[in-house]
Amino acid sequence: MSHPHFSISVDQNKFLPEGGREVHAIVSVEATDTRGSQPVRVDRTRAGEVIIIDTSGSMSYPETKLRAAIEAAQTAIDTLRDGVEFAVVSGSNWATMVYPAQPGLVAADDRTRREAKRALGRLTASGGTAIGSWLRLADELFGDRDGIRHAILLTDGKNQHESAEELDAVLFRCGGRFVCDCRGVGTDWEVAELRKVASALLGTVDIVADPAGLVADFQAMTEAAMGKAVADVALRVWTPQTARIKFVKQVMPTVEDLTGRRTDSAPQAGDYPLGAWGSEVRDYHICVEVPPGEIGRELRAAWVKVVVPGEAGEEPQVLASGNVLAQWTDDEAASTKINARVAHYTGQVELAAAAQEGLQAYRDGDLETATARLGRAVVLAGEAGNDAMTAMLRKVVDVIDPVTGTVRLKRDISKAAEMELDTRSSKTVRTRKDETVNSRRGQG
Amino acid sequence: MTDEPTGTDPAATKTAELSCAGCGEIVFPSEDFCENCGRRLREGAAAPAGGPGPARREGATTKQYRGGADPARACAHCASRTIDAEGYCGACGMRQPAERDHVEITVPAGAAGVSDRGRRYARNEDALALTGHATGVAAVVSDGVGSSQRPEEASRAAADTGAAELAARLDAGTDPQEATRLAALKAAAAVAALAGSPGEAPSCTYVSAVVHGGAVTVGWIGDSRVYWIAAQEPPEDAADAGVEADTADLAELTGSAQLTEDDSWAAFMVAEGALTEAEAEAHPNAHVITAWLGADAGEVHPHVRTYRPSGPGTLLVCSDGLWNYFPAPAALAALVDGSADALGTARTLVRHALDAGGRDNITVAVIPLPTPSTEQPR
Repeated sequence: MSHPHFSISVDQNKFLPEGGREVHAIVSVEATDTRGSQPVRVDRTRAGEVIIIDTSGSMSYPETKLRAAIEAAQTAIDTLRDGVEFAVVSGSNWATMVYPAQPGLVAADDRTRREAKRALGRLTASGGTAIGSWLRLADELFGDRDGIRHAILLTDGKNQHESAEELDAVLFRCGGRFVCDCRGVGTDWEVAELRKVASALLGTVDIVADPAGLVADFQAMTEAAMGKAVADVALRVWTPQTARIKFVKQVMPTVEDLTGRRTDSAPQAGDYPLGAWGSEVRDYHICVEVPPGEIGRELRAAWVKVVVPGEAGEEPQVLASGNVLAQWTDDEAASTKINARVAHYTGQVELAAAAQEGLQAYRDGDLETATARLGRAVVLAGEAGNDAMTAMLRKVVDVIDPVTGTVRLKRDISKAAEMELDTRSSKTVRTRKDETVNSRRGQG
Repeated sequence: MTDEPTGTDPAATKTAELSCAGCGEIVFPSEDFCENCGRRLREGAAAPAGGPGPARREGATTKQYRGGADPARACAHCASRTIDAEGYCGACGMRQPAERDHVEITVPAGAAGVSDRGRRYARNEDALALTGHATGVAAVVSDGVGSSQRPEEASRAAADTGAAELAARLDAGTDPQEATRLAALKAAAAVAALAGSPGEAPSCTYVSAVVHGGAVTVGWIGDSRVYWIAAQEPPEDAADAGVEADTADLAELTGSAQLTEDDSWAAFMVAEGALTEAEAEAHPNAHVITAWLGADAGEVHPHVRTYRPSGPGTLLVCSDGLWNYFPAPAALAALVDGSADALGTARTLVRHALDAGGRDNITVAVIPLPTPSTEQPR
């Protein structure tokens, strides 16, 4: 398998004041085709795809929901490139093979695509929702294969027919074994629950409030999965013996705290799983606490590497690396400068938290907290230039003053608007105008 | 064509010195381990120097900058032996003091130089080269331009190229003024060649001083300076101390004086009469230089001057890390103890600059005149 070309760039103010301990940096990881800016070549990449469709009874209320889901899954199958090994699973109180009939994956070609679509067309809806059991079957289907392993999970309801512990156990088992993008259709599912699934399985979560939007969404999701060229990428972070990692967060395209995902991998180093990559850029905010050093001294506070598993029995391959530095200075002008991108992403992490907390308070009936937190979110979204967030916030609050964050909750907030804001609250934008990033990339 | 010292150079044929295969440091046949990096020298580890590249000259201590990669070296902070190729400790993460952080050089002719990182910068971007030549000593100091890319490589190339060329030209009998000019131009070409792309042009200043017979020839581009510190200042009532009888190509030196004129915004404003020296020095633009070596420098025109001191004294070749704190010749003269040796004087001057704040890299070469040793340098 030929890897895309990975590069790491570090954006930070390395200067710390005398006695300073906390080092912040935005680490951008970019994967491009080795020939330059063209998309990564993926045609020979081994890939497996499992499509999981909720067929619980609620999917037929209204009947259009199931029909839209079937049509969306059929489009996804059409989007699979030849040779990708796939399966379709239907989920209710348990998981059932839709195609092929026996548990396993089959290579996509004209015949198998046609058979799979026909099998989908025969689906009917009945029974309950047990998401953990669906994921367990997907995990069995992927087995121990290497290459890209991707699942799409569509559901319309809460996970009512198994315990939260059962689901957690399955997520623990499946974490790192395949990537799963989750979609909630309608407004009867639980955002926090599906976010937990997507987060554990390094995938995305989104709402498709209107079943009519499913086809386009499934096509986009499958195209993105087909664009992945390398699986099981990890961010390896080395730190000095006396240092402590405070956090490692993905901050673009979405906020995802990876701090707890660390597995020790080498002396003084730990790996944070990043999932599968195509041609794309993701940004990470790393914060390291270091012991203070003398004025003028320079420290490598973190050594960040992109690694992928090596051939069987061999060491992981390092595909890119970068330094997060610290240097102590008595020049206050240097040490007090806050790096613009660190500030930008710090604001958007707070934005996601403010929106989610505001909505939780609203659901709990604490309207005062809801108003305050959503007002803060309005301010942060404005500062970050996150127009999509601003638009979604304006569906739940009336903005009286966008600068101070004075807002009034709308009288009747639609369930779809609330869930949309909740689901998409962790989506970030790179920078307000993004001039520095663009010019830097322009030279590559 | 190359102007490196060749077989015609008496020094080049003299010895086949040994060097450490690990770091290039000169070692002696009796040594088992390299004094510099600790590498074992036996079992064919040591190889004669002077094979490829320029032959080593006796007294030519134009040290090569070496990166931090040296697995045998212990960390200066935690003593772990895990220094990686980028010069960071694999245990505590501290960047290792580069060899260039503090460099001391002496040459047999009684001259010496010290270059120090200072207290504020992480790196020493100054470079210093001292060498003996057929009739005396030559020194080159270069100061990397902080706003350019890889300034430390620029200054290193300028100092080493300039000093080697100066010595070669002088050994070949070239007139000192012409040798100074040609060496500066060759250094300029070497620095210009470092540019990887039009957008990044490593740049630096350049100043050289050559002692030949009883005279001194200086050459410069930028704001690194040469001072003459007279052992005895002329009596108060004498006509303006310092430079006297400025003839076309030879100026008489009586008292302490600055022998170079900066290519800087400040010097320009003072020369134009627009600002006083004090006003210019206080201006934020004071340190903006108007000429430098680098691919973006355009055509380089080295200034060259020759002086003849009327009595004994000391020549100081320095970067602005020193003269920022002591710009007046009298201020420097107060720090120079005539009885100290050249290395002692250089160390003292650097120490004073460090004590004064050490905001910039500090470099000074000290050349006593006449040469203290009875034996003429080669």
